[in-house]
Amino acid sequence: MLSIRQKAGRDGLPDFRNLGITARLLLAANLLAFGVALAAYPGWEAALAAFLRAAALLEPVLVASLVALYAAAPWLARLAFWPAAAVVMGIVLGLSAAAHAVIAPLSGAALSRTLVIAAGLTALLLAYLRLHRTAFSPALAEARLQALQARIRPHFLFNSLNAVLALIRRDPRRAEHALEDLAELFRALMSDGRSLVRLADEIALLERYAAIEQLRLGERLRLSWELDDAPVDALLPPLLLQPLLENAVYHGVEPGTGVADVRVRIGRRGDRVVASIENPHIEREAAARGGNRMALENIRERLMLYFDAEARLESRIQGGRYRVEIEIPYRAGPQ
Amino acid sequence: MSALRVFIADDEAPARARLRELLADIAAELPTKLVGEAANGFEAIERIPGSGAQVLLLDIQMPGLAGLEVARHLAALPEGPGVIFVTAHDRHAVEAFELNALDYLLKPVRAPRLAAALRKALAAGAPARAALEQAAPGARGYFSVAERNRIALIPVRDVLYLKAELKYVTLRTRAGEHLIEEPLVALEREFGERFVRIHRNCLVARAAIRGFERAAVQEDEPHWEVLLEGLPERLPVSRRQWAAVRELVAERKA
Repeated sequence: MLSIRQKAGRDGLPDFRNLGITARLLLAANLLAFGVALAAYPGWEAALAAFLRAAALLEPVLVASLVALYAAAPWLARLAFWPAAAVVMGIVLGLSAAAHAVIAPLSGAALSRTLVIAAGLTALLLAYLRLHRTAFSPALAEARLQALQARIRPHFLFNSLNAVLALIRRDPRRAEHALEDLAELFRALMSDGRSLVRLADEIALLERYAAIEQLRLGERLRLSWELDDAPVDALLPPLLLQPLLENAVYHGVEPGTGVADVRVRIGRRGDRVVASIENPHIEREAAARGGNRMALENIRERLMLYFDAEARLESRIQGGRYRVEIEIPYRAGPQ
Repeated sequence: MSALRVFIADDEAPARARLRELLADIAAELPTKLVGEAANGFEAIERIPGSGAQVLLLDIQMPGLAGLEVARHLAALPEGPGVIFVTAHDRHAVEAFELNALDYLLKPVRAPRLAAALRKALAAGAPARAALEQAAPGARGYFSVAERNRIALIPVRDVLYLKAELKYVTLRTRAGEHLIEEPLVALEREFGERFVRIHRNCLVARAAIRGFERAAVQEDEPHWEVLLEGLPERLPVSRRQWAAVRELVAERKA
């Protein structure tokens, strides 16, 4: 199993393939440049003009550096902070010199000046990344992850035990299976929640959970699975999908008197893993039972901690159906 | 001793099966006879009145109509069954039961506890209406009209207005009228969010108000009347209530 601690490099720089990091760097570099221009020139217009002049050199270097860092990311991730920072500095200075050679003859600026500015800006951004990492230090993130770890509703536990008790005399074999399912579900729930799991394992867990609910609810719960395109080797945080299915049962099946169709769909869209769960929307229940938003917020925050801006969670109500969809980057784990 | 007549209401089939098993287990000690089962609140309301049940085992979390509301409607019966609430896990409900001296069992239920609860419920008879009201988390979704061996449910959202007349309160829906035996003050307290008082003897559904019209001058002062959505009838607004009702008009315009 792969741990998120390894994923981010023990104490090194963050993942330069992460969209959130890239966006932060772009924004920070431009803000800095604009801030400097504003400080150096008295008027807004003069400052803006200076910023635009600087941008002619800044933007190509910035974009080229981010592309180079993207390419070097897997290799950089293996280095500790200082060596990695030195490599980044080297890349940026090299690109700055190249850009200077192309653009500077027009402006007549000195190479040393360009390099000093590039080095200063890079140092500031590295310091910012360092700070950002400490603020979201692994220990802190882990503590938050554990607090956010999905918890099963006690209501579900006691009702399930009751259903198993009802089976023991009539159908001992089914009772055995049900207890095995429950045991596996609780093993997953009580794991520390930091290790990424394979999608195949999460799907197996979904099926165990569904089997127990089926026992309890019988024909009221009609489940359909569309898993043919599911990339079973994809890595994802544990118990990402199970709480969503539990929500679907709690809000879309239990409060209804009739048969409820619940659809689970997991597939791959390019380099993204997409999972959606759909259930009937029961109007009165939304207000009476509540709690749904909290479960979603919980998952949203966990996604943020694992994937930053690269994951997406959306829910909507349409045509009497409630649908929640999760999208995460596809990263294959060991077979 | 004749067998105790028991009714089981629970939406999960295995849970009902488990209770049946337990009733069989305690039969030597306390003979019982199962007189009916229901898989949701509506079925319970439909089947219990004619079943002759003496004690009801009632799951509190059922689709359609929750256990507590079922019990509140059954309280309208002249000789309702004793009620034992059953829940897997609901801290708020359990607290409310304790506070209001209502009987309950926790799932999974154990045989000795079940026997003790059945005896106690038989002795106590139907729970007091006041205790049920206090234990309930909010307003009911239905009004109930008890007729000999039947309880008719009228959705609260269908009621346009409630009018007190002597001993009864008349519920007016688009389809017709029903009489219930509950004080208007209690109804106002329970359904204050949905209904607004326009007169000493009348509550009107906020959603049913189409507008207001100044009525012809009678005797001395002019007064206002409520125009209803879908009914030609007009209801007078008393002078005392007009200030509060007028605020409502302003709210609707805003």
